[in-house]
Amino acid sequence: MDYHSPASFAEASALAANATGVTRFLAGGTDVLVQLRSELVTPDTLIDIKKIDGVSDITRNADGSWTLGVAATGAEMSEHAELSRDWPGVVEAMDLIGSTQVQGRATLTGNLCNGSPAADSVPAMVAAGVTVSVTGPDGTREVAVEDIPTGPGKTSLSKGEVISAVNIPARGNNAGDAYLRFIPRTEMDIAVVGVGVSLRLDGDTVTEARVSLGAVAPTVLLVEDCAKAIIGSTLDDAALDALAAAASAACNPIDDKRGTIEFRTEVAGVLAKRAAKIAYARAKGEKA
Amino acid sequence: MALDDRKTDFTFVGTRPNRPDGLDKVTGRAKFGADMSAPGMLHGAILRSPHAHARIVKIDTSKAEALKDVKAVVTRADFADVPFKPGLAGEFWNVLENVMAGEKALYDGHAVAAVAATSALAARDALKLIEVEYEVLPHVTDVDKAMAPDAPVIREGAADYSVPEGMHPNVVRYHESGHGDVDAGFAEADLVLEDSFVTEATHQGYIEPHACLGLLGNDGKGELWCTTQGHWIAQKTCAALLGIETSQLRVTASEIGGGFGGKTTVFIEPVALALSRKANRPVKLVMTRSEVFRATGPTASASMDIKIGMKKDGTITAARGEFRLQGGAFPGAPGDMTAMCAFAAYNLTNVKQIGYDVMANRPKQAAYRAPGAPMGAFAVESVIDEMCNKLGLDPIEVRLKNAAHEGTKASYGPRYERIGLVETLEAAKAHPHYSAPLKPGQGRGVSCGFWFNHGGETSVTLALSEDGSAQLMVGTPDIGGSRASMALMAAEVLGIPYENIRVTVADTATLGYNDVSHGSRVTYASGLATIKAARHAVEKLCERAAAKWDIPVEAVKWENGCAVPSGPNAGDFDPMPLADITAKMGRTGGPISGHFEATPEGAGVSFGTHIVDAEVDPETGKTTITRYTVIQDAGKAIHPTYVEGQFQGGAAQGIGWALNEEYIYGEDGRLQNSIFLDYRIPVASDLPMIDTVIVEVPNPGHPFGVRGVGETGIVPPLAAIANAVSNAAGVRMKQLPMSPPRILAALKDNG
Repeated sequence: MDYHSPASFAEASALAANATGVTRFLAGGTDVLVQLRSELVTPDTLIDIKKIDGVSDITRNADGSWTLGVAATGAEMSEHAELSRDWPGVVEAMDLIGSTQVQGRATLTGNLCNGSPAADSVPAMVAAGVTVSVTGPDGTREVAVEDIPTGPGKTSLSKGEVISAVNIPARGNNAGDAYLRFIPRTEMDIAVVGVGVSLRLDGDTVTEARVSLGAVAPTVLLVEDCAKAIIGSTLDDAALDALAAAASAACNPIDDKRGTIEFRTEVAGVLAKRAAKIAYARAKGEKA
Repeated sequence: MALDDRKTDFTFVGTRPNRPDGLDKVTGRAKFGADMSAPGMLHGAILRSPHAHARIVKIDTSKAEALKDVKAVVTRADFADVPFKPGLAGEFWNVLENVMAGEKALYDGHAVAAVAATSALAARDALKLIEVEYEVLPHVTDVDKAMAPDAPVIREGAADYSVPEGMHPNVVRYHESGHGDVDAGFAEADLVLEDSFVTEATHQGYIEPHACLGLLGNDGKGELWCTTQGHWIAQKTCAALLGIETSQLRVTASEIGGGFGGKTTVFIEPVALALSRKANRPVKLVMTRSEVFRATGPTASASMDIKIGMKKDGTITAARGEFRLQGGAFPGAPGDMTAMCAFAAYNLTNVKQIGYDVMANRPKQAAYRAPGAPMGAFAVESVIDEMCNKLGLDPIEVRLKNAAHEGTKASYGPRYERIGLVETLEAAKAHPHYSAPLKPGQGRGVSCGFWFNHGGETSVTLALSEDGSAQLMVGTPDIGGSRASMALMAAEVLGIPYENIRVTVADTATLGYNDVSHGSRVTYASGLATIKAARHAVEKLCERAAAKWDIPVEAVKWENGCAVPSGPNAGDFDPMPLADITAKMGRTGGPISGHFEATPEGAGVSFGTHIVDAEVDPETGKTTITRYTVIQDAGKAIHPTYVEGQFQGGAAQGIGWALNEEYIYGEDGRLQNSIFLDYRIPVASDLPMIDTVIVEVPNPGHPFGVRGVGETGIVPPLAAIANAVSNAAGVRMKQLPMSPPRILAALKDNG
């Protein structure tokens, strides 16, 4: 196994482009090292991107948007008061992953690139409209988070491409987001269903919304029908029921050791309602 | 065992000093199974079957053996041709077959070969070079399917005489017991309820994986360090499996990171010794968590039918149960225990219970706290709860009305001596928990539970030091704070402070035989042995004082750590403290020690009653346990904190078993959840504070009144939680675990 620690993303990209066999990028390592130890994946090339300048930075840009380095950890996000105020749903989703120890290492980018349909931070990022910068042999492009995963364990990144930053839009006014997941326990578990909601209000009326589902299909889903169900409403019971129905209708889950098709389909609707209520309350400036 | 010297007032017993092993454990100084190393040590790794059931056609180890770092490879051929030995007839063969597969791999994870190499990584890599040719066979993992006529046969000829004609060869033991006429009893009932229940296999979930360091020379002399609940059984079994003399293998028990019954047998220890013998080097073997789940001993899964008749006033007129237990690819599922315990809490005129021990393509089950009893209690106590609901009766009153007491003919045969079931029920009724109001969406459940408890072969030696301190050697690995309890009991007899007594779990070469730390026997049996050994030493201390004072030994008694004249006629001497006697012992007759070797037989059965509140989210089926109270008879709590710990631990494990823990097998017969991420034991935040009430109805068979407490605590939780959940959800839950998908499905079915 070859281990590299490049000084720039261009160098990381070049190393990956020229590598043969199985290549993995290493940031927090909370998936890669576990897979390595359990012999699920034995990389031929390991490219450690933690040592690139700025990869742990969390930066608020002049327009109110955010740029997060690919090695910024869950713990650093949770401790960032301004980021938590702007995007509580994204921060909470990240914070749900693993233990306190894992939070000291785990990253949004790693959670995304691991390609798990059950990744907690991914539906929250999709709902928030997050994009990632992808550096490859031909330079850097910006890609919506929902376009990265293509199936369990698979991404749209091509050989030589590496995510070099996470871009969260400006929050703006009268808006809020939330993420909820279902697990049978209270922590230290994998989502059986995950729902991210981000919305904006004009007075009491929802004017913009994005709703995303996790663990109910081979990839994260951005569900237009869910957004339509609540846009123009005051999130009254009828709108919430329509939201739940749209969420359940969008599900294409599997039966597995973590949950049944029926259960995931039903609970996706339940969580969509609950998450929407939290996002709505946050948009109104209420505590939730 | 008759006791005429019962003690009821105590100086040390009943206090709560810190455990002697506590500092070592919190500072990392304690040495567990994987913490021992030796010069020249090799690392072992085990190749395991990926198939649930397959004939092993050929194993080619030549490529692995050719590696420079590999020093030994073993297969079944490297073990002894095990004869049946008295006492464990047939079981050595079963253990050998489980430790290393013979002609067939019998479950996913079954060991087929092992390697010893100069590093753990080299050993793991070498496994990949071992070529095994399998002929995959049909498999079965479900207990009911394993009994069906078309089920694949795990092994012909495994059934014993007890199995009635015409049963499938996978049914290997049959138990039937009871008394009275159940049909007549059902005819007398106002309400007869019949229902069926299912539980999945669960794992003990001890945090420390199995680990050992073995050294065995070609001269047949060996050393073994391992994490175990019983190093004498490890010694005896390993010696048999390797064809050496028992006494030539010295076994030392490490500190143990949990056992709960799962470390009462051997898995990797004979493999490490076989590798060592071949490599002529010490070999360390440490299981991964996945190996622990796949290839050690989970509990049995169960399928059960219950029928109970009750009068309108709550009197049970008859009870009948059939209990089918699946225990893996070997005989041993505790169908008999399930049957015998199921109705043991009740004073029944008409009762009949039938138990089946059924084999399937799963790992060989091992004990898990009160093996077999929790499943039966789940089924029986669920039916009683449902009958209380239907008849509008209070569940504790109904249990009190039918409760077993002193003189009751137990459902499994004997008449009870003094027992404490009624006292636990009275305490439950009086507890503020039972009358606390419930919020909407919450339900309350109660259940009783029973376990036999056990005595077992026991040896203890107590040696006094010149400075008046004492060292106590016991042979039962400390799985629940027993060193503290032993020191308290010795202190009570000797009259010296707790801190002056050092308790050691002695190895097999330094103490006589001891049975495993199981059957809730340690505080009872090793405790009794400790008291007797201490009294033996006290006799000698009195003899020395008598000699010094020149009076008959009968005129000396032991009081508060001193020899004193037994009365005014004995003479006028100042009390002679223990340390004064031991200071001169070398010159007054030599070292003073006490010892005890016997099989105490008055363990005293134990009962408990649990109260649980549960809240069910009707939209997701998720259960939260909001309040939990354990009430159990401990006879006499030697160290109340560790008694409470046993109660709380039973409840915590019961919550996991009831709500989320289960072995999940795929269609291919492979275990799908062999890591803690997907085998869902409760995390700390899943549990409420578990309240405890220690009831003390002294056991007539122990000098201080002790009853074992380690197992009874896991008997009521499954039923108590199921009753709480069913009452909260408004639908009877008959299958464990009551995972959210199952509860939500039941809610939907119920409209």
